[in-house]
Amino acid sequence: MSSEQHWIDVCSTDDLQPDSGICALIENKQVAIFYMPKEQAVFAINNYDPFGNANVLSRGLIGDINGIPMVSSPLYKQHFNLLTGECLEDESVCVEAYAIRIENGRVEVSI
Amino acid sequence: MSKKQTLVVIGNGMVGHNFLVNLMASEIKDQYEVVTFCEEPRAAYDRVHLTEYFSGKTAEDLSMVEEGFFENNDITIHLGDKASAIDLQKKWVTSEKGLSINYDKLVLATGSYAFVPPIPGHDRENCLVYRTIEDLEAITAASKNSKIGAVVGGGLLGLEAAKALKDLDLKTNVIQFSPRLMSAQLDDGGAKMLADKIEALGVTVLASKNTLEIVDGDSCQHKMIFADGTELETDIVLFSTGIRPRDEIARSCGLKIGGRGGIVIDDQCKTSDPDIYAIGECAVWNDQVFGLVAPGYSMARTVVADLADEQASFTGADMSTKLKLNGVDVASIGDAHANTPGSMVYTYQNGAEGIYKRIVVSEDGKKLLGSVLVGDASGYGTLLQYCLNGIELPENPDALILPHRSDESVGLGPDALPDSAQICSCYDVSKGQVCSAIENGCTNIASLKSSTQAATGCGGCAALLKSVLDCELEKSGIAVNTDICEHFPHTRQDLYNIVMVEDIKTFDDLLDKHGSGGRGCEVCKQAVGSILASYWNDYILEKNHLSLQDTNDTFLANMQKDGTYSVVPRMTGGEVSPDMLIALGKVAKKYNLYTKVTGGQRIDLFGARVDQLPLIWEELIAAGFESGHAYGKSLRTVKSCVGSTWCRFGVADSVGLAVELENRYKGLRAPHKIKFAVSGCTRECAEAQGKDIGVIATEDGWNLYVCGNGGMKPRHADLFATNLDKETLIKYIDRVLIFYVRSADRLQRTSVWMENMEGGLDYLKSVVIDDKLGICDKLEQQMQHVVDTYQCEWKTTIEDESKLKRFRHFVNSDNTDEKILFVEERGQIRPANEEEHQHMKIAEEA
Repeated sequence: MSSEQHWIDVCSTDDLQPDSGICALIENKQVAIFYMPKEQAVFAINNYDPFGNANVLSRGLIGDINGIPMVSSPLYKQHFNLLTGECLEDESVCVEAYAIRIENGRVEVSI
Repeated sequence: MSKKQTLVVIGNGMVGHNFLVNLMASEIKDQYEVVTFCEEPRAAYDRVHLTEYFSGKTAEDLSMVEEGFFENNDITIHLGDKASAIDLQKKWVTSEKGLSINYDKLVLATGSYAFVPPIPGHDRENCLVYRTIEDLEAITAASKNSKIGAVVGGGLLGLEAAKALKDLDLKTNVIQFSPRLMSAQLDDGGAKMLADKIEALGVTVLASKNTLEIVDGDSCQHKMIFADGTELETDIVLFSTGIRPRDEIARSCGLKIGGRGGIVIDDQCKTSDPDIYAIGECAVWNDQVFGLVAPGYSMARTVVADLADEQASFTGADMSTKLKLNGVDVASIGDAHANTPGSMVYTYQNGAEGIYKRIVVSEDGKKLLGSVLVGDASGYGTLLQYCLNGIELPENPDALILPHRSDESVGLGPDALPDSAQICSCYDVSKGQVCSAIENGCTNIASLKSSTQAATGCGGCAALLKSVLDCELEKSGIAVNTDICEHFPHTRQDLYNIVMVEDIKTFDDLLDKHGSGGRGCEVCKQAVGSILASYWNDYILEKNHLSLQDTNDTFLANMQKDGTYSVVPRMTGGEVSPDMLIALGKVAKKYNLYTKVTGGQRIDLFGARVDQLPLIWEELIAAGFESGHAYGKSLRTVKSCVGSTWCRFGVADSVGLAVELENRYKGLRAPHKIKFAVSGCTRECAEAQGKDIGVIATEDGWNLYVCGNGGMKPRHADLFATNLDKETLIKYIDRVLIFYVRSADRLQRTSVWMENMEGGLDYLKSVVIDDKLGICDKLEQQMQHVVDTYQCEWKTTIEDESKLKRFRHFVNSDNTDEKILFVEERGQIRPANEEEHQHMKIAEEA
């Protein structure tokens, strides 16, 4: 039996940057949140770039590669799958991905 | 180990030096102790491009010697010392300065001298020849007090010399003994067309003139008296009446000499003494002296092969030539005069455009024997291949020279060429060698050039090389996918044109209308962001553009390894007042920023957190600074030396010009960063020749250099135009830059852009200077739009409350990124390393 998912209120949808990212501090974790308005899609992964060892992923360019939504690291340009956190260039590297939703004009994340 | 033999090379001209280069690249290089004599005060330089000395190139630019060549290869060179005698029995070479060297092998590369006909008065003052840099210096000196110049001899070199006199602003005459110019290479029709074109450029051509005597002039220094009774007043006389082999040293030691001079050689380039070779213009093979550089290089290769006991022969050389004389294309192939019995001639003449083409075809109409091209030599490569490889002609050979106004292609596809076909005659590169370089991974012109050397000599084969490349790539199925990425089936250049033609203003619009689906990626977004910025010049953080920008552009600062940013305010021309410097220092101190002077003559402030950027800029703008665009693929800096305002040597105000140029082009976004520099004299302290756009002051204006860069693969900029006034200079820069912005690939610097351009520098000149494409007005208008719509992006940003929202690390907290940590080094901050991070963490937990 799975426990009920615990959603944490993060910010207003007005704070989202269209086709771009922002960073939130949630339970002491840095979470990069991306928003694609055309699809009304939001994504949440950890903000820490394991290649560059810096908290910068929220500032990368986003888009898709072969249909997979991705962010490109602003430091060394590796791509991370926005749904799973996997690095597209190196299977062995993965950042945390989090559940995220929009409820009544608010962005909520489950860690 | 056997003792090394001594190899002596007499002469360090183009051919002598080419021999040394070939020898050092061969496996036998360690078998010889190499000594060379060079009579001139400087080592080998490019005599083929000697005229460029007048259009601003220096002796160093013309040098053919790679830095450290003699030292690194342990070659002893005796500069300014002439080998004066050879003793064949004792195998000694002695020099004018008294050196004696015992040789095992000897190579004579003594070259030729300019022949001066023994006309009375030929040795008067300012009666000169055109052969060495010293000659050019003498001509320049003589031109200072002269108005009129005359060149005796209308051959290839004579016409080059005429260009030199014209460049020195002399009223120039060419005096030709025979009825036509370039009589060896051209027929009457071609020569007439060439004469017309050269006269249209302001050079007077006097044909069928036999000079009897040169005497004191009435209005000028000299008067030339001709056999037909006419006269010409002139201040300078330049003799260009052919070359003669320098064979005196060979003659006096008893080597066999040809009937009309020259050291006789066999197919291995050996003289009558088996230990002595002769190569280049001093040698005579089969009663022929070769006055071009390519056969000399071919002889040099033969000698290296012979020394290595390889089978090699010199079997004569093709004397076909293609060149640009005063901007007029001229080419001659094979039997241009139709001397072959039974040959037939086809001629095409277009008086309106000044084009003359002639082909000489074998009796059966199947083979091309020769050709003359004036005014348009674009067919040279194809015709030469037909001729050299004996390829069967099409049914109507005249199709090769008639203008084709439909889509039918008459060019010779590279597929028709055998592997042995020579593509580059300067470096003897065959089609087979080009193909194997392509197989080994060279997929563009720039890499082919550096791997095979093809098209790096005179550059005449560049178009042919490109067509071989395209053809091979297509065949091998390396379908040259030029799509920018999976989201657009277009190149960057296509996208640029689409934006222009359809007035597209946003990425989404372009993706909807021309994309292949999907949302885009960092490749197409940045490229389109850059295209839109170059063309429309909107504020890049506007809603529709923000998400297209690279990280640095989105925060208008440069991200460093730890996620902090550096800030670079503009200091035009590297000029900064003490007050501004103090203001900058105060900001750096207040925010505790690491401060460093950049290579572009401004100051970089490191270690700013994203939330500090607007605060820092508010203070910088209040102090009078504006954005330096160090974060963008855009104009960076215009570096300058202090110029004539302060410097004892400066001839113009380089700082003033640098400030003006930087203010004009600041904010221009491009496929890659653009750097400028302006030097106030030829000492070149601003290093302008290492920049995309370099400007160097001369006594008479500004010399413009283009397409250089430093970095990983440095490239010297090319001299583009000389002695420009400021207005013309700015026009040319406008045009070059917008043409680059329009036509380059993404992330392509100007250097690679030009190297990959078909036709290279000449083509760029024809577009920018001669307006070949008729687009110069448009290019200037577009630049004017960019100039008129400039804004300081930081000023716009801090004035807009809604834009500032993004400048914080957390959307839901005022905390800062705890990973950002500095330690002190040499009195300033630097990012902590991993070990220091761990250490501080432990200290904190304790």
